Amino acid sequence: MATPLVVSEVGKSFTMHLRGSVRLGVVENVSFSLRAGECAVLGGPSGAGKSSIVKMLYGNYAVDTGQIIVAHHGELVDLAKADPRVVIAIRRDTIGYVSQFLRTIPRVAAVDVVAEPLVSRGIDREKAEARAREMLSRLNLPERLWELPPATFSGGEQQRVNIARGFITDHPILLLDEPTASLDAANRKVVVEMIAEKKAGGVALLGIFHDHDVRDAVADRVIDVTEFAPGEAAA
Amino acid sequence: MKDEPLLRVTSLSKSYGPRVGCQDVSFELWPGEVLAVVGESGSGKTTLLNCVSTRLLPSSGTVSYRMRDEVWRDLYRMNEAERRFLMRTDWGFVHQNPADGLRMTVSAGANVGERLMAVGDRHYGRIRETAIDWLERVEIAEDRVDDQPRAFSGGMRQRLQIARNLVTSPRLIFMDEPTGGLDVSVQARLLDLLRGLVSELGLAAIVVTHDLAVARLLSHRIMVMKDGAVVETGLTDRVLDDPRQPYTQLLVSSILQV
Repeated sequence: MATPLVVSEVGKSFTMHLRGSVRLGVVENVSFSLRAGECAVLGGPSGAGKSSIVKMLYGNYAVDTGQIIVAHHGELVDLAKADPRVVIAIRRDTIGYVSQFLRTIPRVAAVDVVAEPLVSRGIDREKAEARAREMLSRLNLPERLWELPPATFSGGEQQRVNIARGFITDHPILLLDEPTASLDAANRKVVVEMIAEKKAGGVALLGIFHDHDVRDAVADRVIDVTEFAPGEAAA
Repeated sequence: MKDEPLLRVTSLSKSYGPRVGCQDVSFELWPGEVLAVVGESGSGKTTLLNCVSTRLLPSSGTVSYRMRDEVWRDLYRMNEAERRFLMRTDWGFVHQNPADGLRMTVSAGANVGERLMAVGDRHYGRIRETAIDWLERVEIAEDRVDDQPRAFSGGMRQRLQIARNLVTSPRLIFMDEPTGGLDVSVQARLLDLLRGLVSELGLAAIVVTHDLAVARLLSHRIMVMKDGAVVETGLTDRVLDDPRQPYTQLLVSSILQV
């Protein structure tokens, strides 16, 4: 089986056109790969570019240089240069993502937010919603909230909806950007268990965790992002 | 489903005398894909929409469409009758002002039923039943079926216009500022409805909007226009979260936070 994800020599900067075209280097020469069944963790201080790397791997940030090779439906695809249609297909079937914050949509109930990734893959709505309820229940989200849109939920409640949505599918690659940031100890423990199950199921995970307990519990290795700091040329 | 685009636009330009409407625009639209065209007033987005949907003759360029029989046709080489038939069967056009897309003095049911009759349905009972079904899908109560849209609120009129367009199961919908002029609560309801229908029916759509939140909610891909030209294009969340071009950065940074 092909390595699920190979990142080579990826570089990223932002050019702020409204601020005199200042160029801010974010990372350079990012190179690593993810194996099936492991959880790698991006380490380094705030501002080192951890979230930016995760966002590039999800196609949410543009990539200036380098390649992100994803094993997608048995083929190797360079996500860094992929057409939007291909990125959408990769997100649907190959790469899952749990972001720090939930982007809420007016009028859509929590259970539908969670079920949506399954529905978009053509799974019967009733089945998808049943699975969504199981996930929400496991993450201890009170049942009275399931049918409500998450816009008014607390940070921790929204975070759990987000986690349920990210973990409901069997994507072979899962990206986690501080999924436990606003959770209490009991729910952090649930997430740690869920990550262990993904690993056992052969999923390749890449995460950012500021919480040391969680990081120590899930990480197979730490990738030090400060090694990818941009050189003087970027200034 | 064949893995081929549905619509192919090549080097489309339109000028109004010396003034540029849109300039050298090329893109493909795939089945089930929603493309948002954004930009400020005068950026050429509505001109582009009208040229692509054959409502306005372009100065140069081609628009080809894959017909239901899988044959590609150049829209500007079709005759008027063929184009009209295409527009009322396989396409829909949702106007910003519902009065432009509805007949205000016939009943809601007839507004929906008329499109069915245009494609040859003659069975009154069945037409009425389908019309009522569609009104329900756009959340208009059955007891309003005999009312004229004149008696409807702005949001209801817009939902009726959508039902009228979707009743013939089109494959492609054009929308020009579909939520313009509506209250935010009404907008949210309409967007939710549109989002659901587009994904459920697998519709391809081109949505012109100046509202980046609408683009984010509805579209897969975004095209940013300025002075008639496309300045940036890409996956919707990529363009909005990591805008690369000066004009896109200006647009994104001008959104007021609530």
